[in-house]
Amino acid sequence: MTQSHSFTQTSPARPARFRLDREGWISLSLLLILAVGASVAYLAGENFFVNLASRMVIIALAGVGLNLALGFGGMVSFGHAAYFGLGGYVAGIGAFHAFDMTPALGIPFLPNGSDQMIPLWLTAIALCGLLAYGIGRLSLGTSGVYFIMITLAFAQMIYYFAISWPTYGGEDGLPIYIRNQLWGLNTNNSLVFFFLCFGLLLAALSFCHRLLGSRFGAALTMARLNPVRLATSGVEPRPIKLVAFVISGMITGLAGALFADLNGFVGTSMLDWHRSGEIMVIVILGGVGRLYGPVAGAMLFVAMEFWLGGLTEYWQFFLGLVLLAVVLFARGGVFGLLAGRSRHE
Amino acid sequence: MNEAVLSIQNLNKRFGALHATKDVSINVMPGEIHALIGPNGAGKSTLIAQIAGTLPPDSGTLWLDGQSLDALSVAERARQGLGRSFQVSSLAESLSVRRNVMMAVQALQGSSFRFWKPVNSDASLREPADAVLAQMDLGHRADTPVAELSHGERRQVEVACALALKPKILLLDEPMAGLGPEGTAKLTTLLETLKHQVPILLIEHDMDAVFRLADRISVLVAGQVIAHGDSDTIRNDPNVREAYLGDDHAESA
Repeated sequence: MTQSHSFTQTSPARPARFRLDREGWISLSLLLILAVGASVAYLAGENFFVNLASRMVIIALAGVGLNLALGFGGMVSFGHAAYFGLGGYVAGIGAFHAFDMTPALGIPFLPNGSDQMIPLWLTAIALCGLLAYGIGRLSLGTSGVYFIMITLAFAQMIYYFAISWPTYGGEDGLPIYIRNQLWGLNTNNSLVFFFLCFGLLLAALSFCHRLLGSRFGAALTMARLNPVRLATSGVEPRPIKLVAFVISGMITGLAGALFADLNGFVGTSMLDWHRSGEIMVIVILGGVGRLYGPVAGAMLFVAMEFWLGGLTEYWQFFLGLVLLAVVLFARGGVFGLLAGRSRHE
Repeated sequence: MNEAVLSIQNLNKRFGALHATKDVSINVMPGEIHALIGPNGAGKSTLIAQIAGTLPPDSGTLWLDGQSLDALSVAERARQGLGRSFQVSSLAESLSVRRNVMMAVQALQGSSFRFWKPVNSDASLREPADAVLAQMDLGHRADTPVAELSHGERRQVEVACALALKPKILLLDEPMAGLGPEGTAKLTTLLETLKHQVPILLIEHDMDAVFRLADRISVLVAGQVIAHGDSDTIRNDPNVREAYLGDDHAESA
């Protein structure tokens, strides 16, 4: 067994000098490729590619959220589109009412809608946390395939709810005419928006890194590897998993809010179960339970969607082939292939 | 109430027609190793599950150091001071030995909802874990993933994990199972040194180990305690000889 990587593994206490192992170098390279790529594209006047990079970053962020539940907590949620979509609708509905200058949700005593990103993000995070708490509370009594199905069922309920609510476009979705604002920044500038998303992705990655190395992370790891051992050690596994599930939903919800602003549109496609599958696919492609796995997965996914999607409308057939190859031959995903097995597996 | 550390009182469990635990009462006193023996199918595992909290009894009560355990979950019982090991070792294979033990230290120190400070450099977690590992003669294996340990070493890690809880009682479920003579001898020696630290309820098949270690023995047959007393009493009890030991064993012992 190789011992070349993984930051949560114990080894004799060392002073906190910063040294990168192989996984660290790959992670850093991915981030650099995104940041430099987007900047170069911007300077070349290729806004399309800047937006493509933003798309990668946002989907990576959604994956970072799911990975916390799926990869680190062992909770295979097939309903993360619920949080992605809810985050998107918060951004969309906020902008809608700000544009109309009407109270949020049309309820008189609520404040008017907002076109400011910070309150919209916070609202998205809070609502997604509440939703994940409710869904998690009810779903965590089950495990395995039942957990997959019950999370899917909850997400589908929300999907049909959105479809049948005509105020916000129902099946047609809801356009965001003017991208939401952040202080004095020109969020309409593609590179500014990219770096906003990029900064949030970095923040989420650092947060998760810290979280996973903490006592909570140790308990979550044990809840995944051996819940019986965790309980025998005196820690209830379920509340630990529930909190991880809630944080997971919050991060994916934030990604949803960004995604709606990127596209200037939010629709039921963000709540669709295909979306849940897509987020799961990018986590698996990148490497389940690898912190930067979703970054690699999202880059690969969006790149394939763009290049192969340009060649053939059946690009998902090739995506399927790649996924099959990953599942059969590289169970650690892109990261498993490049950086070797994680000691977490 | 009495001064027993662990007091099992009139425990009953039925599965349909099978009366798996029949009015079982056992007291484990401070400073003793109390062995529970019984032939296969006597209901030992069912009894352990009820003590550990994975199986609710139909009736009866459990007291640990004067506290009722009846309404407590597995994790709450562990925090109350019930340290246990499993018949089939149950550890996180991919984590290091120390990380497995640190989990119990962490639980002992309070809430696991602490999200910021890294555990790896946390001396308040590492040092107690390392001390227990040294006591269980595992100091040199602290950084080794459990998956690379021998069967005997895993047994020791299990006991170390239970000890790290600073338990009021240790519940050891066949710790010698699957060990060779050498491993059994080593673990026996380690357990002997432990009994001054914490009383032990020892469920064990290995008769030599039981007679060497146990201060008192309870014999479970068909869900019922048919005898209890010190080794000599048990050896010479005709019911036990008939039900469990067999005459030839009694003669040779």
